[in-house]
Amino acid sequence: MFPHLQGPYSFLFGRFTLDAIPYANPIIQFAFAFSAVAALLIVVPVLYYKKIPYLFREWLTTVDHKKIGIMYIILGLVMMFRGFVDGMMIRTQQVMADGPNSAGHLEATHGYLPPSHFDQIYSSHGTLMIIFAATPILTGLGNIIVPLQIGARDMAFPTMNAISLWLTAVGAMLVMASLFIGDFSTAGWVGLIPLTELDFSPSTGVDYWMWAIQISSVGTTLNAINVIATIVAMRAPGMRWDRLPIFTWTTLSTSIIGLTSFPILGVALALLGADRYLGTHFYTAGHGGDLMLYTNLFWIWGHPEVYFLVLPAFGILSEVVPAFSEKPLFGYITMVAATFAIAGISWLVWLHHFFTMGAGPKVNSFFSVATMVVGIPTGVKVFNWLFTLYRGRITFATPMLWACGGLFLLLIGGLTGMMLAIPAINYTVHNSVFVIAHFHCMVLLIVYAAFAAVSFWFPKVFGFSLDERSGKYFFWTFALGTILVFTAMFGLGFMGETRRLDYLYNTKWFPALVIEEVGIGFYTLSCVFFFYMLYVSIRDRAKNIASSDPWGTARTLEWLTHSPVPFYNFAVTPQVSSRDELTYRYLNNAAATAPAHYEAIHMPKNTPVPIIIGAFAFGFGFGLTWRIWWLTGLSLLGIIAVVIYRSFNRDDGYHLSAETMAELESRPPLGVIAESQFLSRSDPHHLIPAKVH
Amino acid sequence: MDDQRVRGELPPLWNYGHETHDMIATKTLGFWLYMLSDALLFAGLFAAYGVLDHSMNAAGGPTEAQIVHPVAAFWQTIAVVTSVFCYSLATVALKHGYRQLVVLGILAAMLLGAVFIALEIADFADLYAHGATPQVSGFLSAYFVLIATHGLHMAFGLLWLFVMLIQVIRLGLTAPVVAQLLNLRLFWQFQSAVWVCVYVFVYLKGAI
Repeated sequence: MFPHLQGPYSFLFGRFTLDAIPYANPIIQFAFAFSAVAALLIVVPVLYYKKIPYLFREWLTTVDHKKIGIMYIILGLVMMFRGFVDGMMIRTQQVMADGPNSAGHLEATHGYLPPSHFDQIYSSHGTLMIIFAATPILTGLGNIIVPLQIGARDMAFPTMNAISLWLTAVGAMLVMASLFIGDFSTAGWVGLIPLTELDFSPSTGVDYWMWAIQISSVGTTLNAINVIATIVAMRAPGMRWDRLPIFTWTTLSTSIIGLTSFPILGVALALLGADRYLGTHFYTAGHGGDLMLYTNLFWIWGHPEVYFLVLPAFGILSEVVPAFSEKPLFGYITMVAATFAIAGISWLVWLHHFFTMGAGPKVNSFFSVATMVVGIPTGVKVFNWLFTLYRGRITFATPMLWACGGLFLLLIGGLTGMMLAIPAINYTVHNSVFVIAHFHCMVLLIVYAAFAAVSFWFPKVFGFSLDERSGKYFFWTFALGTILVFTAMFGLGFMGETRRLDYLYNTKWFPALVIEEVGIGFYTLSCVFFFYMLYVSIRDRAKNIASSDPWGTARTLEWLTHSPVPFYNFAVTPQVSSRDELTYRYLNNAAATAPAHYEAIHMPKNTPVPIIIGAFAFGFGFGLTWRIWWLTGLSLLGIIAVVIYRSFNRDDGYHLSAETMAELESRPPLGVIAESQFLSRSDPHHLIPAKVH
Repeated sequence: MDDQRVRGELPPLWNYGHETHDMIATKTLGFWLYMLSDALLFAGLFAAYGVLDHSMNAAGGPTEAQIVHPVAAFWQTIAVVTSVFCYSLATVALKHGYRQLVVLGILAAMLLGAVFIALEIADFADLYAHGATPQVSGFLSAYFVLIATHGLHMAFGLLWLFVMLIQVIRLGLTAPVVAQLLNLRLFWQFQSAVWVCVYVFVYLKGAI
């Protein structure tokens, strides 16, 4: 009844044997040494300074939305670094394995990676970048910024927020585990069917991929519920819908997409799991299975997922561009309408990922036109940003550089997307690297926006600004890398290079491949500058202490409270009177007005429940991957038991008395000591106000 | 350009007395959102069933008309609908604060839910006895997974009903318990609504 498994099997260890550890592979040895050194660099100081209780009390058990957001972003940045190393390995393999005379190293005939290893690398590159880098970074930003922008104390469900984080982290840990124990999927991040079926991928690689995504997407769905409930139910008095900052609007729309699309991914992967574990025939090539059922279900999630990522990026641009143009955002209403138009159309375009399925001209025409329609609201957004810039007093601070870079990428990625929306062109370039270059422009737009957001809101969260000079080096090397890699890649696509090649047969591609490799060199340099920027900023943090409004030109509510934001966000809930509340207070000379007195507030209590659930979820995923049934069963029972226990011992948090609040607020906030480097340059009273609402 | 400056007295900048929000309302909103994601999950399964419900996907195995028993499934429908009815009576009792009647309603809902699951297991056992297993064809895979997913939801609901039974007895009708009871009502009614869809799209359509 159950499918036959290759290889040894034991009750205690499932499919795991010591042979599953690829200790003989020099690349894995290097990766392990690198990861071990990085881990030691973190663990040793923690042990040396006896920080484990602090770490446990303040971070691992926290329900504070800002700390959870920070951990989300750190997770995303670490995974982005690993995804970048994967990308670097792909590019290096291709430049080394061009033409029949190219040399082979290690176990490879050409280049240095044998095909199965190369396939694992592009699969993990895609999975990591989309699911475990872009998603956590944007989720983390939403976590930090949205409650502050709407004047809330925390998310609607703080404990569930922490559970979301740990489930996402468990997914990332499963992908990391696959590097050293067993292997990863070779079927691409989209899980090309029927390659992912047990007959064709008998190892545990596909299982790692499947359960990592499945577990983290539960976390993403819970987070989406949390964000929507927070924005609907937790807004400060006066924060009417027509005053909601655009980043909050886009996070709301993105959460609606996430809430409605991730269950479809869950179904697509669960049915694949049924095929692999129970021997059913959903997607098999015979026995009445349907291959395209998987492809359709996957992209019914997959395309909304693209907008799930890009909409918060648009929201970030909509916050950064007005702040550094010293003007209110042009066309607020149309921006909101465009956001929801994009979110709505995102459900009607999935088939453009496989026009070549052969659905016929009528179906292809519908999806072609629907795809082109996306260009209308996106165009509205681009023109809104341009009109915001128009006659603005523009400051090219680091966040603004990232935002402008993102605008260029949106233009290139959007226009090539319009080309790809035409089925006739799509048939020609389907699965070529032209498509790869197109969607990398789009996801890099997201990365640019994410770095804009990180440098923009960093002083708000940590109380000191990032170093501007090294931040600009970081930006320019990153931008140069982007230009070199993806300009060459567009060309290679037209020259006929298909995607996912471990060996390239055409030596005429070599110059372009070298340009791509040079671009990767600039990306590597930008990584160095990134770490240098962090080092310099932390070293000079005393010089760069941020005021509550460190850029001097910000407009929205989150800049009203102290930097760094105290754990209770706002001592007294603000009464919102305007769309750009901070600007409104500046204009009425009330920006520095502190509350006259304080009241007792209520805060949620830290709890170890989320991280315990995360630990059980890891046991669940790892047990399923290696088919260690006792571990799977115990972990599932553990999760259920913890949830039931929690429902009996509901702890509703604690109160801070009015006196405590007054005392906490009377300490001089860091930001009062020094004004930021920008504040002296612009007089806030010349800020152009938004219209009255 | 100066239209945001307020003439005269500024409206209040801070809002006092905003520290309490309606916990039950927020939880209910969150649970409605969860139900939406659950609805999408079933939508995906129904879509898969719709695609695989084709003689081509039966792959020589039994077809829909050969395996569905609408009359037997009708008793399942009766069981799940009366279970929801009993739970609704418990919520009426909850409204008036009759703790014993809440307990009684939950017990009746559990009993009828267990009857539903027992009937479903009997149905599956019958199909297995005739060699109609999920491993036979794409169509049977879709049939079993759709109905078993609903069955798993029902089993989870039974567990939740049991936990709430203990909580009502031990903790009484406190605000967190009431919030959970209201969410459970939503969950339980939703499962019966999904079952009605299953009954129409699988059993009735299959028998025609």
